[in-house]
Amino acid sequence: MTTAESVIHAASLICGYDGREVLHGVDFNVARGEFVGVLGPNGSGKSTLLRAVTGVLRLASGSADLFGTPLREADRRDLARRVGVVPQASVIPFEFTVREIVAMGRAPHIARLHGESDVDRAAIEAALSRTDTAGLSDRLMSELSGGEAQRVTIARALAQEPELLLLDEPTAFLDLNHQIEVFELLRRLNRDDELTVTCVSHDLNLAALYCDRIVLLRDGRVVAEGPPTQVITAERIADVYGATVLVDDATPHGRPRVTLLRSRSGDGAE
Amino acid sequence: MRTRTSVFALCLAAGLLATTLVSLCTGASSLTPRDAVSALVAGPPSDTAEPADARNRSIVWQIRLPRLFLAFLVGAGLAASGVVMQAFFQNPMAAPYVVGVSAGAALGATIGFVIWSGTSLLGLSGRTLFAFIGAIGVTTLVYMLSRRGGRVLTATLLLTGMAVSALASALCSLLLMVARTQDVSLVVFWLMGSVAGRGWLAVWVLVGPVLLGLIAVYIFSRELNVLLMGEETAHHLGVNVERTKLVLLFLSSILAAACVSMTGMIGFVGLMVPHLIRSITGPDHRVLLPAAAVGGALLLALADVVARTVVAPVEIPIGIVTSILGCPFFLYLLHRSRAARL
Repeated sequence: MTTAESVIHAASLICGYDGREVLHGVDFNVARGEFVGVLGPNGSGKSTLLRAVTGVLRLASGSADLFGTPLREADRRDLARRVGVVPQASVIPFEFTVREIVAMGRAPHIARLHGESDVDRAAIEAALSRTDTAGLSDRLMSELSGGEAQRVTIARALAQEPELLLLDEPTAFLDLNHQIEVFELLRRLNRDDELTVTCVSHDLNLAALYCDRIVLLRDGRVVAEGPPTQVITAERIADVYGATVLVDDATPHGRPRVTLLRSRSGDGAE
Repeated sequence: MRTRTSVFALCLAAGLLATTLVSLCTGASSLTPRDAVSALVAGPPSDTAEPADARNRSIVWQIRLPRLFLAFLVGAGLAASGVVMQAFFQNPMAAPYVVGVSAGAALGATIGFVIWSGTSLLGLSGRTLFAFIGAIGVTTLVYMLSRRGGRVLTATLLLTGMAVSALASALCSLLLMVARTQDVSLVVFWLMGSVAGRGWLAVWVLVGPVLLGLIAVYIFSRELNVLLMGEETAHHLGVNVERTKLVLLFLSSILAAACVSMTGMIGFVGLMVPHLIRSITGPDHRVLLPAAAVGGALLLALADVVARTVVAPVEIPIGIVTSILGCPFFLYLLHRSRAARL
């Protein structure tokens, strides 16, 4: 990353939970303006990597810098003004309205005992309209569909006015149309608003379709990294996921498309 | 929403006035509202007053007013403490007592009654001091036992709180086994909770900690809102989660411990009031916290009126009144709540 400014620079990350090591020495870099997809099978360490580079998990060893500052030395509030995170869908056991949820994205910008300023209100309105949730603002979060709730969570992160947006499986549990909707939104944010986007996903095709660069994890190690066409090949997917697939590169958009085939070991092979 | 909040604030203010009047008028000897107000205006009884006048002023100023203020303070403190605990555990069924405040206070008070009954400091009896020490001690122990590598998992804290509370209760029972019979009935009666006969001293002792505690938790209202999104999201929104949790747990335990050590166990206020108020104001702590404090004050003052009138001239402990109200309420919540995760 010599040409572009480094946003995430993580080297030899080792970390995990309660003595169980999940990442075994991962190097992970994201440059300003990139749209990076982090892929890998269940338990490969995708979400753990996201937690490690955002300071949720303590590193056992290795280093993680955000915007050139070691995570350990960064002030949490300062960081929250530059990095927005959309965690995996979670239930909020209290009845907040959509606007109240999105307004919480301003928490790192507002001083103690102060109310929302015009700047804050403008950021909240912008986040609502960017995610097409302005029409929902008086609805209760608990009344929304999965797709709507996911857009609201993204709006909350956008209200932070971040330079870097990190998402953990933003399309899990969503219908096809909502999956496309979320990724189209991320691409617009990346292209039009110059937001750096890093997205953990389990969906090879969506990631291949939208990301500039793919980082493929297996068992807590990076096994491949590069443009989708280089990373997503039939041999590698078979190797990493243990599934037989067909990868078609001659698609209209020039991105690889993965088709699952029935397992060879199964019966009824043609 | 904003007009609704101001209407609700007006209702609470009117409720406080009405409760004050009702509370001053009712009791072993009832006063007319007119007598109560004129006694209130006349001030504490003096040697020069006429006998009938002096009697009313004495009832209002020496018995009912301190008792009313104590109910206000304890109700506000317990309700605010409950609001904080529910945000802390991200669980609408949490209460001030889940981390061992009540069991600790009970153990402390029992020690105070049974072992060091003669102790006193600054006019406070041994049972009050030991109840406070017990409440804070047990809460601290629960917190320390729940730490794992610099972090406190709320689920661990909840379960540790239950386990240590059970131990404290067992020690309490053990002490009562060896205690004199008259002490046992004193302890049992204290545990039921009451705001009667504490006088102005209890009010003066409690007013500082409760008001400061309320202001302190109010300063954290934005953090409380953000914590409701979950600890990881709170972290991403710039909150130092572990430090904030420690401060909030400390503040809400101090609030509950100070209240309980003055009055004995008063259950369900910290659970019911936050719920009732939240259903009207919504979960935003900038509105919820002050509203719940006033609501708690109101509820406890009314419960006290019930406690001294329902089987007059006998008074029943206020803790029994709140529990009789609270138990069905809690069961109703459990039944209705989709979000109950306890």
